[in-house]
Amino acid sequence: MKLLEYVAKGVLAKHGIPVPDGFVVTSADQIRRVPGPVMVKAQVLIGGRGKAGGIKSADSVEEARKLAASIIGMDIRGFVAKEVLIERRLDVAKELYLGVTIDRSHRSLVLMASPDGGMDIESVPEDRILMLTIDPLIGFAPYHARKAAAFVGLEKEQAAQFATVCERLIDVVQKEDAELAEINPLVVTKDGRVVAGDAKVTIDSDALFRHQEYEKYEEDLTPLEAKAKSEDIAFVQLDGNIGVIANGAGLTMATLDSINMYGGKAGMFLDLGGTDDPEKVKKAMQLMLEANPKVVLINIFGGITKCDTVAKGVLEAMEGQANRPPMVVRIKGVNEEQGRKMLANAGMIPASGLSEAAEKASQESLR
Amino acid sequence: MSIIIDNKTKVVVQGITGYQGRYHSAAMREFGTKVVAGTTPGKGGETVNDIPVYNFVSEAIEDTGANTSCIFVPAPACKDAALEAIDAGIHTVVIVTEHLPVLDAIHVVSVARARGVTVIGPNCPGVASPGKAKVGILPNKIFKEGSTGVVSKSGTLTYEIVNAITEHDVGQSTCVGIGGDRVSGTSFIDILERFQKDKQTKRIVMVGEIGGTAEEEAAEYIKHNVQKPVVAYIAGRTAPPGKRMGHAGAIIARGRGTAESKIKALEEAGVKVAKFPTDVPDLLKE
Repeated sequence: MKLLEYVAKGVLAKHGIPVPDGFVVTSADQIRRVPGPVMVKAQVLIGGRGKAGGIKSADSVEEARKLAASIIGMDIRGFVAKEVLIERRLDVAKELYLGVTIDRSHRSLVLMASPDGGMDIESVPEDRILMLTIDPLIGFAPYHARKAAAFVGLEKEQAAQFATVCERLIDVVQKEDAELAEINPLVVTKDGRVVAGDAKVTIDSDALFRHQEYEKYEEDLTPLEAKAKSEDIAFVQLDGNIGVIANGAGLTMATLDSINMYGGKAGMFLDLGGTDDPEKVKKAMQLMLEANPKVVLINIFGGITKCDTVAKGVLEAMEGQANRPPMVVRIKGVNEEQGRKMLANAGMIPASGLSEAAEKASQESLR
Repeated sequence: MSIIIDNKTKVVVQGITGYQGRYHSAAMREFGTKVVAGTTPGKGGETVNDIPVYNFVSEAIEDTGANTSCIFVPAPACKDAALEAIDAGIHTVVIVTEHLPVLDAIHVVSVARARGVTVIGPNCPGVASPGKAKVGILPNKIFKEGSTGVVSKSGTLTYEIVNAITEHDVGQSTCVGIGGDRVSGTSFIDILERFQKDKQTKRIVMVGEIGGTAEEEAAEYIKHNVQKPVVAYIAGRTAPPGKRMGHAGAIIARGRGTAESKIKALEEAGVKVAKFPTDVPDLLKE
């Protein structure tokens, strides 16, 4: 889960990384005083805030209040700013980039550093980014920090401060179970301090069992996605009109791709995973109907999931539904005969293979 | 011959007293696997499906000669279970458990590599060598003994494809589900290397998906090291960037990990890439 900037900065500060003095407000009248010139920053879980007008500079309390009032409630690429961070403006001498994330190929952490901070790291040329793979058996060591400091062009006192920030950013990742911790820009101030100008921290959602403190934060989910999550169902909204229910990530993606091959477009998908609980299937089906697709395609290859369980859950969800969309059903695996019979009797369109199911659903959706 | 597991495989099921452990230890036995022991801390001395349960993996090895572990332990205790198995001398660890924190996976995998232990998974359906053994949760009935090696990041999609090739009378040497997490113990390359060396395996099916660069790295490896014919399927051609498509690893992030890039790399390496999963059998016969 992604953390808002001020939450992420709190995490950095907890691990000893310098951040600017600041506070967060939800309305302009909460700003009583400012510590000199400040930045007023929209708190949203999406990049490009500056360009969208979500980051402004203020020299007085009045100005800060005025800007905060204009930013709170602002819609930034679909994300509404509910909070603004007011923080002391930094006197920038240099802007660097520093990040730690997962290196999938090397099955390790990787430290990334660049002298070109303050811009989207995607637009920085590769030879201006140092990628240091941290061998898990060696761990993070001072020579890593020395290499990074030399690469970004720091010396002496600043190199030492930078090295400490590197070490502590690794701590953030390891102790907080972050899958990404990024400081962009990492500012060297005119008076020679190294301070985090911005912060992006993403916590590994699989590790929340040992970090309950993060569970209270919102994620960037649509309302239906959030509801599905609270019921432990993987539900993702897309922009077509066919609702797909399948089991397993790979099979779900293959189903979406097959629909596309026949000219249809999936509007949402729901991955039942390895459930064998008709109640969960029923809830999933209800969520699907709430999302209002034009056609529903059910594609189940039962291993752990039994086909009659799926059929039972689907039928229970349909009870009392007056206007249900056409449904194409393909189920295969344990108890498929029973499952198929139950659904065919309820007027659903049967299909024997994945391609046939995708074709039929696409045809229905284009009707 | 097969790869990873064979007639000599003796399995200890870690977490055997849970629902999954009970169900799948029986299913593995039914497949012909020698399931010799189970473990659950505090439940030593009990039996599950007539399989003796131990408190520790080391005790299970001592009594039964187990050499392979299959882990069903829930995510919070999974790292401990895997490290225990590695330290006790198990040579192949199959981690079925999903939602293992990525830092735990990095730790387990690095220790395993240093100790020369094979880890399959986490978040994987396991391994099946038809006619010999199965370790994991793959359905028993879809397989047929033969000479096609299958390696996949997915569970149900693998079943779909294996089922399709079996229906076309194409049998399998070994099917390996390596898992769809960001960090896995075994990569496509590790398995391709074994299939290339394996005498029983004549051709290979590789099932990948969006996210990361494992498929591109595999393509590069195939170009230089694999002489046996390879057919591939890549899931997620229509997945939008930035959305996690079910698997933790299945996400197009920062422009990397697209199906397009993977398909291009594989085709350049001489691999035939199927449009639909059900096209795989026809491509194998060409």
